[in-house]
Amino acid sequence: MDARTPLSGGQQRYLITLRRELRVVRLSRAGLFLFFLLLWESTAQKGILDSFIFSSPSLILSAFLRMIKDGSLLTHTGVTLFETLLSFALVTVLGIGIALFLWCFPRLASVLEPYLVILNSLPKSALAPLLIVWLGSNMRTIVVAGISVAIFGAVLNLYTGFEETDPDKLKLIKTLKGTRKDALFQVVLPASVPLSFSIMKVNIGLCLIGVVIGEMIGSKEGLGYLIIYSSQVFQLTPMILAIFILCVIAVLLYSLITIAEKQYLKKRA
Amino acid sequence: MKLSTPLLEVKDVSYAYHTKSGETLALSHIRFSLSKGEFLAVVGPSGCGKSTLLDMICGILSPETGEILMNGRPLCENTANIGYMLQKDHLFEWRTIYSNVLLGLEIQKKNTAKARETVDHLLTDYGLDKFKDSRPSQLSGGMRQRAALIRTLALEPDLLLLDEPFSALDYQTRLSVADDIGKIIRREEKTAILVTHDISEAISMADRILILSKRPASVQKEIRIHLSVENRTPFSSRSAPEFKLYFNEIWKELNHYGC
Repeated sequence: MDARTPLSGGQQRYLITLRRELRVVRLSRAGLFLFFLLLWESTAQKGILDSFIFSSPSLILSAFLRMIKDGSLLTHTGVTLFETLLSFALVTVLGIGIALFLWCFPRLASVLEPYLVILNSLPKSALAPLLIVWLGSNMRTIVVAGISVAIFGAVLNLYTGFEETDPDKLKLIKTLKGTRKDALFQVVLPASVPLSFSIMKVNIGLCLIGVVIGEMIGSKEGLGYLIIYSSQVFQLTPMILAIFILCVIAVLLYSLITIAEKQYLKKRA
Repeated sequence: MKLSTPLLEVKDVSYAYHTKSGETLALSHIRFSLSKGEFLAVVGPSGCGKSTLLDMICGILSPETGEILMNGRPLCENTANIGYMLQKDHLFEWRTIYSNVLLGLEIQKKNTAKARETVDHLLTDYGLDKFKDSRPSQLSGGMRQRAALIRTLALEPDLLLLDEPFSALDYQTRLSVADDIGKIIRREEKTAILVTHDISEAISMADRILILSKRPASVQKEIRIHLSVENRTPFSSRSAPEFKLYFNEIWKELNHYGC
């Protein structure tokens, strides 16, 4: 893979085909999106679609510009983003902490397992109204809602991952006269990093879901609030705008973790 | 070569595995001893409990009955260092070769400049000094197994346990790594126990061979190996005239009582 060595004709042709294929796929993706927007816009203009219910790209764009100007969009987006990142950070720390604690005390783990399974399978949206009664209608509640969606699955998956560490590698630590602490720091944790990243990728999405549910039920700020408010006053344009922004946030947060993961892999290789 | 107290004495050791559905007796009244500098090979049908025996000598498992003495004292009150080489190298991909080799020293808090000097020598001697900063996945199977041996030798063990350390390698690598490791062990004058199911490997490396019966394993026969080759190495041993006779003898023993 040395860049200085000249490539053979066959290799060059192969690389060109590869690049062309990639370009076709990318152009088609962008084209599909543009086609969808144009179709939507033109049908709305011609009255085939009722733009009062379905809105239209141009309406959404002007709403976007208006709300950027009055600052409301930035506030809503910022609040949702902040709450999501905060609950994600707490889920990551708590998830790893609790899973480690369970690994250190296997008996506790087998006692708690059925409870964790039940809490994990519970639809967390059912918890949100309860949280609002208990904790009040404030940002703390929203963050807790975000945490509640992701935490149980994170603990269960991480703990299972810790438990599935190659027994022969643990035996190696024993043959070197290592303790359980050595096993934890030398084998279990480093071996679980790839798993932790894939769990984090799921969690960031789950936290966003929890935060939006929380905002819908008990909040005066955030994209979830914007969606619920717009639906109550029957203004579909800001609602669809909020959904678009949620899409963008979800993709951005996910790619942030993917970048961190790639960075880590590069450092290790 | 016999000293007054043998380095290792295994006295009447038995061990059983317990599961919900019942008990499996793995080892039954195993008895043997090993003097300093001796190379013992243990052969037996697969699943007969050879690895279990090594796990007990290493102290990972304790015998249900009987006892194991090192230098005349029970294992638990022993300071003697026992090195254990497993079937696979288990080098950690998140460490470089060098820090993999230092793992044992780190765990036992013996990572001193002097110890590192010894490790550097070993790495140079066995052709791994250029790969210090490589990741395990960049090395061939034979090189990885050598690195695993250095990780074990870094702790300067009084007794070396080898649990089929070549079985994961292809045949050609296996012969050359066995040859290397045999030479290394002789040169460092280590006492070693090799567990294997490969009869030729056992004859080529060992001074003495212990044949275990099938489960529950007991010592079926002990054979002392005398090969008339000069500068005996695992590879040259294979061309000794007595090699075939030993092979046939062990083969008969294993098949007579084996399956």
